[in-house]
Amino acid sequence: MKDIITLAHGSGGKLTHNLISELFHKYFSNDLLLESGDAAVFDIDKGRMAFTTDSYVITPIFFKGGNIGKLAVCGTVNDLAVSGAKPLYLSCGFILEEGFPVKELEEIVKSMAETALEAGVAIVTGDTKVVQKGGADRLFINTSGVGVIADGISYSPSKIQEGDKIIISGTMGDHGTAILLEREKFQVQSSIQSDCAPLSGMIDAVLKKFGSAVRVMRDPTRGGVATTLNELVKDRSIGIRISEDELPVKDEVKGICEMLGLEPLYMANEGKILLAVDSEVCEEILKIMKEHPYGRDAAVIGEAVKDYPGKVFMHTLTGGNRIIDMLVGDQLPRIC
Amino acid sequence: MEKSEKLFRDKETVKKLIGKLKEYKGKPLKLMEVCGTHTMSISRYGIRSVLPESIKLISGPGCPVCVTPNYYIRSALELARRSDAIITTFGDMMRIPAGDTSLLDEKARGADVRIVYSPLDSLEIAEKNPEKKVIFLSVGFETTIPVAALAVLEAERRQIKNFMLLSANKTIDEALHILSSDKEIGVDGYIYPGHVSAIIGDKLYREIANQHGIPGIITGFEPVEILAAIIRLTELISNEKAAVENLYARVVKPEGNPIALSKVYEVFENCDAAWRGLGLIPSSGLRLKEKFKGFDAWEIFEGKGQEIDEETPGCRCGDILKGKCLPGECGLFGTACTPETPVGSCMVSSEGTCAAYYKYS
Repeated sequence: MKDIITLAHGSGGKLTHNLISELFHKYFSNDLLLESGDAAVFDIDKGRMAFTTDSYVITPIFFKGGNIGKLAVCGTVNDLAVSGAKPLYLSCGFILEEGFPVKELEEIVKSMAETALEAGVAIVTGDTKVVQKGGADRLFINTSGVGVIADGISYSPSKIQEGDKIIISGTMGDHGTAILLEREKFQVQSSIQSDCAPLSGMIDAVLKKFGSAVRVMRDPTRGGVATTLNELVKDRSIGIRISEDELPVKDEVKGICEMLGLEPLYMANEGKILLAVDSEVCEEILKIMKEHPYGRDAAVIGEAVKDYPGKVFMHTLTGGNRIIDMLVGDQLPRIC
Repeated sequence: MEKSEKLFRDKETVKKLIGKLKEYKGKPLKLMEVCGTHTMSISRYGIRSVLPESIKLISGPGCPVCVTPNYYIRSALELARRSDAIITTFGDMMRIPAGDTSLLDEKARGADVRIVYSPLDSLEIAEKNPEKKVIFLSVGFETTIPVAALAVLEAERRQIKNFMLLSANKTIDEALHILSSDKEIGVDGYIYPGHVSAIIGDKLYREIANQHGIPGIITGFEPVEILAAIIRLTELISNEKAAVENLYARVVKPEGNPIALSKVYEVFENCDAAWRGLGLIPSSGLRLKEKFKGFDAWEIFEGKGQEIDEETPGCRCGDILKGKCLPGECGLFGTACTPETPVGSCMVSSEGTCAAYYKYS
């Protein structure tokens, strides 16, 4: 195989076939994919399914804690899992800029395969397009996914009741901060890495035992925890109060964010879930999460309250309250 | 950092300090936090909501983006639209509106506008793009001006001829004297910013205390530091002692940072400057010295482009910057003027008084 991707790799001809067999089939190997039909065909049980899609355009494509491929699998797996579905199958579309190194593509595909294996999903259909130099920023990936939802499971923000506890599965802002550090090439020594991880295993462990005590789950990706919490209460008769004391943030993330005038509450996460749960079993759910490697730093950060309906507010260290609003556009670093 | 952070955010200490403040029985006080970073911290930690009613905190003109007049933004946008220019800027400037456009909009239309974290980053960009003029929007107070000066000196040393500054840099001293003599505002005490003071020292604050009889405390940005400064101010005012004290001695030395200051005045010289809301203040701005004219982006306009224009009707940014009214008292606040659609610049910068009130109230 050539060492770079050329327009011929996307032409549908011989080079396309080589790329599929030597790279995609090699790593994503499963029966449905290897059928090589125009569509993957599979059986389903009776019941309900979840279906989601997401596109990944991150810069840089390799970062501490992962790469664009791992992210593309985790993102779609997590969207299915927080909907209460068991993720089953993914599709995967690559848009490559000509000249992209095959070696890097292989590394990305390999980590997608490893992540899919960990999450228990199969990549069963795909597509590759190559665009001219400048037509894309190196590599874009789209993944779509389907999963099945067990009987009786139905989650919605409308189910949140007064007194319900809000849990986060770990520290906030790791992904956003890691990407910022790499993108802007700050000369800061840090061990911060993206939290990018497939969460279907941890969610499955919670749902198996306490599926009926969960009101709603979300993964706080772009816009961070603050934005996701706002989405949960928007236009509802309930509000959410969080405590500044309880918010788990790594010291390094906190330090970097303060330096730049950014807030971890608004920084992206790629391996965290937020849950609203029945307060009665909150501690037990927390225990299950803490036993899981991706939930070691899980914490209860707040609860649903009748004050401030439709709003998220924070009880600050000084004992004051502060409204946590949705973000307008991206956070912009401060001037001094 | 970790250790001091725990110390200065300690919940028990905060509680004790608030308890002490609640005991204040003196006359009603107006204290001004001069700096935007203090405004942010005060709002972020809900400090206003825990003060006794007789102590009012008003926000001063210390957010550099907020006091930058419209004509500067218009000029920056005009430069951004030039095909031979790359604009580098701190993030805060991106959303500031002028007319119906902003740098963010111009970027979407194809202008090359890049967010940098230090003016020095512009030098690398200039070296990589020799056919372009790389123009840094130099808008700041004493905290950021030394690095802007350093960028110019470094550009000269490395013979980078396509790097330029569009300076709207300002010094705080003249503005502070004007505020101090304005009886309508009636400031009883100042909370002075630790980071600016680290550069300029405490000489200015002593002048303010001696000439206007207004005490001040230099402090940091953590809740414990701000609360302690407020308590100390109430004591000084009660004892009618117009003194200046430094609670931020771990960073601020009385003489400031003479090396940083000497770099600033090696490159810049004082000039009259327009402040949004405060008008023209003699000798409150900094422009590049004759020797460095080659780096001055204002030269591109050949003397045009600096006409001072009217504020938006209804916008009370000016009164807010002077501490004469609170954001809630402006008819546009929260309705026509929000962080999504800012009218005045106090709403745009995250350090702006209106943005801080909107976000944290």
